[in-house]
Amino acid sequence: MSLINTVPETVVTTKVDDLLNWSRKSSVWYMLFGLACCGIEMMQTGGPRSDLDRFGAVPRATPRVSDLIIVSGTLTLKMALRTKLLYEQMPEPRYSISMGSCANCGGLFQLAYSVCDGVDKVIPIDVYVPGCPPRPEALTEGLLKLQAKIQQERWLVRKPDGAAAA
Amino acid sequence: MDADGIHRALREKFAGAVDPDWVAGEWPIVTVGSASVAEVCRLLRDEPALGFDCLSNLSGVDRKDDDRIEVWYHLLSYRHRHQVALRTTTPRLDPVLPTVSHLWPIANWLERECWDLLGVRFVDHPDLRRLLMPEDWVGHPLRKDFVEPDEYHGISTRRESLLKL
Amino acid sequence: MSHAIDIDLHREGPGGLETEEMTLNMGPQHPSTHGVLRFVVKADGEVMRRAIPDIGYLHRSIEKIAEKVGYHGFMPYTDRVDYVSAMQCNQGWAMACEKLAGIEVPRRGEYCRVIASEFGRIASHLISVGATGMDMGAITPFTHAIREREYINDILEELCGARLTFNYMRIGGCAWDLPPGFAKRAIAYLDRFEPLIDEYDELISFNKIYVERLANVAPITAERAISWNLVGPNLRGSGVRYDVRRDVPYSAYPEFEFDVPVGTGERGTLGDCYDRYMVRMREIRQSCRILRQALEGIPAGPVVAKVPRTFKPAPGAVHVRVEASRGDMGWFAVSDGTAFPVRVHIRTGSYAAMAAIEELSKGLMIADLVAVIASLDIVAPEVDR
Repeated sequence: MSLINTVPETVVTTKVDDLLNWSRKSSVWYMLFGLACCGIEMMQTGGPRSDLDRFGAVPRATPRVSDLIIVSGTLTLKMALRTKLLYEQMPEPRYSISMGSCANCGGLFQLAYSVCDGVDKVIPIDVYVPGCPPRPEALTEGLLKLQAKIQQERWLVRKPDGAAAA
Repeated sequence: MDADGIHRALREKFAGAVDPDWVAGEWPIVTVGSASVAEVCRLLRDEPALGFDCLSNLSGVDRKDDDRIEVWYHLLSYRHRHQVALRTTTPRLDPVLPTVSHLWPIANWLERECWDLLGVRFVDHPDLRRLLMPEDWVGHPLRKDFVEPDEYHGISTRRESLLKL
Repeated sequence: MSHAIDIDLHREGPGGLETEEMTLNMGPQHPSTHGVLRFVVKADGEVMRRAIPDIGYLHRSIEKIAEKVGYHGFMPYTDRVDYVSAMQCNQGWAMACEKLAGIEVPRRGEYCRVIASEFGRIASHLISVGATGMDMGAITPFTHAIREREYINDILEELCGARLTFNYMRIGGCAWDLPPGFAKRAIAYLDRFEPLIDEYDELISFNKIYVERLANVAPITAERAISWNLVGPNLRGSGVRYDVRRDVPYSAYPEFEFDVPVGTGERGTLGDCYDRYMVRMREIRQSCRILRQALEGIPAGPVVAKVPRTFKPAPGAVHVRVEASRGDMGWFAVSDGTAFPVRVHIRTGSYAAMAAIEELSKGLMIADLVAVIASLDIVAPEVDR
């Protein structure tokens, strides 16, 4: 007897992990964290033409309710300590996108004395978006890459060594 | 008032402190002794015919080869639509200048910036703290011999550079 | 038996209760501080005793980099001095170098610069106006402003290939000529855009809530504005008719007709937040006027003068001023005859505005601090550089 014939058509069978990931990836709320030039492009990505809202990503004002931190722009040493604090305030599961060359590796400002060359020295990064500054399309692509990453996570099955996969 | 008149007015009051020569240009440059900068500025602001009501810019320049620090004051008069640049020098080892922050409020921040980046100490400044760099930063970064520290609060400032300059 | 209440109700404060000064931290991550700005607010209840700005969170040592990369190489960095309207920063640096070396820019080059700068000014004022709306709690004007900004980005992208950090100008002129048919498309856009300014006016400028939020808040007299070195729309909002484009003419600006709008205190006191806002709205119209004249009257010829690749100006110091979107931007450059400048110092409009906030905030409500920041149009990289 097939399972398909026993349940009505309105019922969908799926795995719990897939359901969790699907709902998580469809509501990635990002924190408004415009540091520098890329912050303007991030605003325009959220604006009417690129409309990041289509992918369930809406801007949030505080780290306490955000799932995603988009580090958009040059991270100075003075700001780096604050960024770490902000990241630690975000609830798990939390994700991070490094937007633009400055956040990726220091970019143009590698010569500077006051700039932290890469945000990955301070917080872990999931997706790096290149560009100076990246176009809205590039940031959207970055978000889609992050969603693909979220979809593959395993929450219920533990790895053999006992550590939770995520 | 034209540049010659401004210079003459300054020479009348401060014959010893103001250089007898001035350089023509969009901003006529008058060289002033470092000790009397504040009095010269007060005259420039308060004398009705001069009327410099705005300090447009204050920049320090590190002249390492001559072992001195130059400070430039760009003054502007909205009333009379004329302008002048004052130039003064102070020894590099212990740069000290009188403050002008009581004359123009904007000088407060411009002098703090000059202290922060070049280490020029402004005597009688009400609040001479670092402006741009963190409070615990060591050194004055716009000095020519400033060496970037290897790390700041555990964050390394080195990265394999792709730019070869 | 009742205990005597150990509070003297008439000791301090208008309400009779002793109040304690409260210290609030605003920023550096805050949705309405226009980038990474931080204020330490000393407040008595809802009333601020003062708001102390703490800057430097975006200090990228641009001035030191200038000493390392040379005159030509510094041009991309000037974009990042004020990324909201990068064109005028390009122009400021180019003009400083040209003055050091005595280079004459071809007339078509000057026209291209004016066209690029004025489009940049419109785009910048749109962000400012939209963000003021958003800070006052209205999201709609922001989306309208961003929508139009995207079209201007398209035009500038056609001109120089970038949306935000243009790197368009060169020492001696501009990098590229206008693409074929550019003038026609730009004028077609202006034809569509200009009626929209009236739409914005109806949408927010004359909206009662909006006016109430901005009028009579933090008025600045002309004398105070000048002594604080406020420039650009902030100075003109206080009624001082001073525009570097008109009063210290540079580039091709003397050839165009345009007005310099000033605040009149139309909805409250002279020099309040509403005046500063309205000056920006009116400047958008004036920029459109300049653009039409420039696009129609652009002369033929080359756009860039011959400048040697190893650029070594004579020793000397220059201070040039351009009217950027946030006002009179001063570029101070010192040369010693080598290929690298000794010192570059950039005096910007937001820097002065930020310095003024500490005095300006005394006695204001905490909620008005956001209105003050928005109306002064502070952009963080300009403050910190």
